[in-house]
Amino acid sequence: MTEVILRPKGSIDIMVEAEVINPDIFAGKTNSEIEQLIIWQGAKQLALCEFFDVEGSAGNTAADTKIIVKGDVPRVKHIGHGMKAGEIVIEGSSGMHVGSEMTGGSILVKGDAGSWAGMEMKGGTLHIMGNAGDHVGCAYRGSWRGMNGGKIIIDGNAKSQLGGGMSGGEIYVGGNVENFAGIRMNSGLIVVKGDAIRGVGAQMSGGTFVVSGKIRQLSPGFEYAGTENNPKAGETVVSGEFKKFAGDYAISKTPKGILFASKEANEEV
Amino acid sequence: MPGTMVIRNGYVFDPLNEIDGEIKDIFIKDGKIVDDLKGSSLRDAKVIDAKGKTVMPGGVDSHSHVAGAKVNTGRMMCPEDRYKWVTKKSDLTHSGSGNTVPSVYVQGYDYAKMGYTTVFEAAIPPMEARHTHEEMRSTPILDMGGYLVLGNNWFIMRYLKAGDIEKAAAYVAWMMRTHKAYGIKCVDPAGVENWGWGKNVSSLDEPNIHFGITSREVIHGLAEVNEMLGMPMSLHLHANNLGHPGCWEITRDSLDVTRDVKVECKMDVEWQKTKIDPERKQSVYLAHAQFNSFGGTSWMDFASGAKGIVDYVNKSDHVVIDNGAVPFGPATVMTGDGPAIHNLYKLTGNKWSNKDIELECGSGILTFNYLKANPVHSVEWAIGLELLLLVNDPWKTILTTDHPNGGPFTKYPQVIAWLMSKKARDATFAECHKWAQDRSSLGGTDREMTLYEIAILTRANPARTVGIAHRKGHLGAGADGDVTIYDFDPTKFDVNDYTNIIRGFQNAAYTIKDGGIVAQNGEIMSVPHGRTFFSEAHMDDRIEKEMLKDVKEWFKYYTLGFANYPVPDKYIRNPSPVQVNKPLEAVVGR
Repeated sequence: MTEVILRPKGSIDIMVEAEVINPDIFAGKTNSEIEQLIIWQGAKQLALCEFFDVEGSAGNTAADTKIIVKGDVPRVKHIGHGMKAGEIVIEGSSGMHVGSEMTGGSILVKGDAGSWAGMEMKGGTLHIMGNAGDHVGCAYRGSWRGMNGGKIIIDGNAKSQLGGGMSGGEIYVGGNVENFAGIRMNSGLIVVKGDAIRGVGAQMSGGTFVVSGKIRQLSPGFEYAGTENNPKAGETVVSGEFKKFAGDYAISKTPKGILFASKEANEEV
Repeated sequence: MPGTMVIRNGYVFDPLNEIDGEIKDIFIKDGKIVDDLKGSSLRDAKVIDAKGKTVMPGGVDSHSHVAGAKVNTGRMMCPEDRYKWVTKKSDLTHSGSGNTVPSVYVQGYDYAKMGYTTVFEAAIPPMEARHTHEEMRSTPILDMGGYLVLGNNWFIMRYLKAGDIEKAAAYVAWMMRTHKAYGIKCVDPAGVENWGWGKNVSSLDEPNIHFGITSREVIHGLAEVNEMLGMPMSLHLHANNLGHPGCWEITRDSLDVTRDVKVECKMDVEWQKTKIDPERKQSVYLAHAQFNSFGGTSWMDFASGAKGIVDYVNKSDHVVIDNGAVPFGPATVMTGDGPAIHNLYKLTGNKWSNKDIELECGSGILTFNYLKANPVHSVEWAIGLELLLLVNDPWKTILTTDHPNGGPFTKYPQVIAWLMSKKARDATFAECHKWAQDRSSLGGTDREMTLYEIAILTRANPARTVGIAHRKGHLGAGADGDVTIYDFDPTKFDVNDYTNIIRGFQNAAYTIKDGGIVAQNGEIMSVPHGRTFFSEAHMDDRIEKEMLKDVKEWFKYYTLGFANYPVPDKYIRNPSPVQVNKPLEAVVGR
């Protein structure tokens, strides 16, 4: 695998849309061609080299191409949007929409990620070592179908509406989530190691949601269905003792959603 | 010279003139078809070489939902139908967006690219007429018009119940002029009024709440009014029980209601001499027959009920249907039939909107996705095609998708491919749920429509059915210079190559409107402003005065003032009124 290194040049004023930072697009291009790829800033189209120095070289195929962004790029959106193969490493924080609609390959964000990371993702792996914003793996505005394949791992916390409309794939959060994680999910797996505020799995009709910490306020449409030790979802086993809930009965008479909440952290629920 | 043109050597398909693939030149002078061009006109005319190509009249869509409040609500409800379907602007064209419900600009361009030049909006709630005209005015290229929803109108129900057919006619005539509408639409007759109370009607003879009128009385009364005025088109009927398993029976019975109504057009227009009589024959035009041809008794034993409708249509001469095909994929269902949409909402849980239009009607909107893996959707696909393929006389059928209910109009080419190619149908049978094969008779027909029949279903018959064949839907002298040239050589046409059929009908080689090229090979070439057709219907002045007294009295129930009710002239860019029932005394009395 060959590496292309993108070195950010100073700070960016208006956020830029850089879906061209994608192994599929870099593959087979010379560095000068990569430098001339178009990035949108507001209504302006600018060359990639206005924002990054390009070093190294791209492979012949996407699978053979690794893009390394050296530094923080919180004002660069859409990195790896729709990528099919290859690898992206961001050695800092990324902007919004990192790995949106990706179908394959892998992205590693060593810092934080903005909102909409892995939006409507279909495959591949997105690993965020810091915290993530809102709408991770979620359906975009108006759509009710979110991520349906692949895996998102967040070592830190995520904000609201994580995995909204999720219909496949897996999301693991090492820290806490805020509101309405897994809203309207109908399939797939979400595991949150920390706490959740409220609305976990609201309107869910299928899939599995595991919270190893405390749910501050459980949605009213869930019914208690006993306790379970080390519950299993697909291939994944989550260790610990959990209260099991079925729901969301607010949206359907026969929901197939399962919500596990740590027994110890949720005694009063 | 603009608007003057010769189209040389094409294979011409002009069903109203019984021209079936003859090699012929078409002449257009000042935007109108003429028999010949001579002298300087011929010298200055633009010449298009159509050798080896198919020439048809410009397409006419007699049933589409492209303008007005519910269409726009469909747009607003569905950002996901927009951000992935973006059309950039060019020097000539406006930007736009949308797949199942495109923005007005994209609608105009996409229709023109497919070879359509005339499109009718099939449901204008009177109170929303201004909005509808605003969108029609903003739609580029197309000539348009719309049908006024009257099947649950308080005044109509009251007059018909009292048996006062003349006042009902006076009301309709006044409403057509007031809202600049073209024809009468009747949606779930007597039922939508009940929907205001959370109910519906389920038979033709069930009196509705407060008004005590039945669906049968509304259908018959409106059909009588229609012919008393001599409207260009017949009643456009959206029958009761739409979307319920087994609804084909009430649909058949509804069609039978107007059997005894004598058809009479009283339009003040100059009829061209076409080989086939260009005046309509039908007293009822059934909308989106597919949704009204469900068989079975529940979703478990659901099946096609098309046979019952087809048998009835085959033996009746007073009926025309459009099919409302389901080409699979995303759709937005929108109709004045509020209870039908609520029913679908309960089935799917999808995004839903509902509206009550005061004294007039209602509407419902829902996002939808027709899936090949879904047994019911697969049968619906089959029904839509059965209705066109099993009715023997193509002059009784019209091709639509009831855009955007069955699917977007941009899928017409796909529907045409299924009609023309058994191989295309077999390919879809192989992909979709086996109910399509097991629970319909589509698999049993070998019929493959010809280009001539497709020209009937997409131009000649829609034009005749809505009473606009005096200027649209044919290529005889005097007709509008609307011509479509498709890149098909009929002598080498292979129906098994159905992807080629789709490609050819998707982007016409040329779409010509009023003698000017508007689209060429999928590119927009010019953007003229279309006309708005509407019926200036008239009724005896004395009756109209009495009727208006009643209307003003009941106007207190409206949330708007009487003076603000009409659509002002400035809402129409190119008004093209048709005088209807205009006897001398009616004009003098005014």
